[in-house]
Amino acid sequence: MTTPPDPAPVTAGPPAAKPGSESLHYAVRNPKLIIGFTLVVLLLAAGLVGPLLLDSGNPNEYVGPQAAAPDGTYWMGTTTFGQDVYAQFVHGLRATFLVGVVGGAIAAVIAMVVGFLAGYRGGIVDEILNMLTNVVLVIPALAVLLIINAYLGVRSVAVQGLFIGLTSWPWAARAIRAQTFSLRTREFVDLARLSGSGTWRIVFREIAPNMSSYLFMMFILLFGGSILIASSLDFIGLGPTEGVSLGLMLQSAQQWSALQLGLWWWFIPPGAGITVIVGALYVANVGLDEVFNPKLRES
Amino acid sequence: MRRYFARKLLVYALTFVVAVTVNWMIPRFMPGDPVAAMVARARVSQPEAAEAMRTYYNNLFGFDEPLWQQYLHFWGALLQGDFGISIWVFPTPVGDVLLEALPYTLGLMVPAVLLSWFAGNWIGALSARRKVLDNTVLPIGYLLTAMPYMWIAVILAWALGAQAGWFPVSGGYSLDIQPGWNTDFALDALHHWVLPFLSLFLVALGGWAIGMRNMIIYELESDYSAYLSALGAPQRLIRRYAFRNAVLPQVTGLALQLGVLVAGALVTEIVFAYPGLGSLILAAIQNQDFFLLQGAFLFIVIGVLIANFLIDIVYVVVDPRTRTGMAGGTS
Repeated sequence: MTTPPDPAPVTAGPPAAKPGSESLHYAVRNPKLIIGFTLVVLLLAAGLVGPLLLDSGNPNEYVGPQAAAPDGTYWMGTTTFGQDVYAQFVHGLRATFLVGVVGGAIAAVIAMVVGFLAGYRGGIVDEILNMLTNVVLVIPALAVLLIINAYLGVRSVAVQGLFIGLTSWPWAARAIRAQTFSLRTREFVDLARLSGSGTWRIVFREIAPNMSSYLFMMFILLFGGSILIASSLDFIGLGPTEGVSLGLMLQSAQQWSALQLGLWWWFIPPGAGITVIVGALYVANVGLDEVFNPKLRES
Repeated sequence: MRRYFARKLLVYALTFVVAVTVNWMIPRFMPGDPVAAMVARARVSQPEAAEAMRTYYNNLFGFDEPLWQQYLHFWGALLQGDFGISIWVFPTPVGDVLLEALPYTLGLMVPAVLLSWFAGNWIGALSARRKVLDNTVLPIGYLLTAMPYMWIAVILAWALGAQAGWFPVSGGYSLDIQPGWNTDFALDALHHWVLPFLSLFLVALGGWAIGMRNMIIYELESDYSAYLSALGAPQRLIRRYAFRNAVLPQVTGLALQLGVLVAGALVTEIVFAYPGLGSLILAAIQNQDFFLLQGAFLFIVIGVLIANFLIDIVYVVVDPRTRTGMAGGTS
């Protein structure tokens, strides 16, 4: 991971070391970062490899005894219909990561375009984009997603991620705009402007690299946010019409009264999966913050 | 200050227009034929209901009219408080159905949001720069804030409701009791209210505590704190100054989090079959009642706008700089 130093005027690291290797030096010694990323990678691996090791490709198939508690054959038990909860879990992890990546990436791209443009150009462009950001910021995202998804007859994980991305960018755009604002008057940006570079060239060659650590952390938060929004949508019954996701597992557990029947193995794993992914991302993010920002490093 | 409020109100007015426009556009510009699909999907058994539906859809969509006229009619109906007729509880107007559910959602959300905000700020401020407390508050805070609302609700319902039997796990009141203004109903409603409240409260609590902790640490490292401690001011005093400054971003944060909090309340209500907007939205989706769904959307948007405006007023009270027209309170 090679990352330029933080945009803020911070105390210089060990003089001999390159900025990238300095970050790496602290990254491998940061327990928060290591624990967080390890958990995310483990679950990602479970989602990628797990389904391949299963006999059946369809996690919603009725394979086992009905409502059986976890045992050697069915590691996470079975549903009231005899579906294997473990099979649903590993397949669901895939959908959950996919919606996080798609939603997070789309939101990050929109946030960067809006934030850079508003922050760098300023003036009327900034006024208009800022107004747009504020309007989208105030509209409750889930409410819009409810309407859109309710009218979509067939829903897929990718389309769900697309719409989540389209509604969840405003806070990130605001943050990028503020950062860009503070960078645009620096000498190196002036120099690039004097040498005749265009707006986008300056943004991508001069401004973005100076806040790349910030952009990366922003993407992580957007990723986690997309997963949480998607799970809420799934739970309300507007999840993907085919397949399985962690949110859909919670929804069917709720719909078929797993709670009243005491089938705890049906609703504990999917929620725990979401919590671990999102929580680990948050913790890793704090670790990253400490790596990039020497002020936050303790001891 | 006038400029501050004028700017805010402009954003809210624009937001409302955009929300209504989105509400109007989605049924029209989604692929497929919405009227036929909706009438077919609703599968209403009463013929008069199906007929009213078709007539209503045709009137509302008015496909023979030009688009701008359809749009104006949509606004006209809306401004008269006409949200359409619910299909799920035909023929009750959507507005009435929503108004009946609103007290439950507000009664759940307002205390949960406010109490979690106060408690979270308090815990966060206490734990900042205090090793032992910080080491417990931080991990618990991250755990809570990463939990999906419906999952913590399910777990609480399972542990404290189904297993321990202390609290009922479904409904807003017992079925053998009539809603009314008497102590029996109040106590029963309170009993049903505890678990949904607790799950909303806990998830939000973690986020506020972490936010406050980080802000206090940031403020304690600022120049004025260093200056104060160089003067020999007691730690308590410095913390008090830090708190007053750290609370400002938390007020703004409350406004930013409103959408997430509403979403959390909706899914929590669904877990507990609590008779608020969330359960209505679920019923609307299951019964393909699009008027109810779109009415609920507008209700939520209006509610969030009002809450935003109240927070703006609070911000003026807690940040003197906005009153004198100096910096701060940028929109």
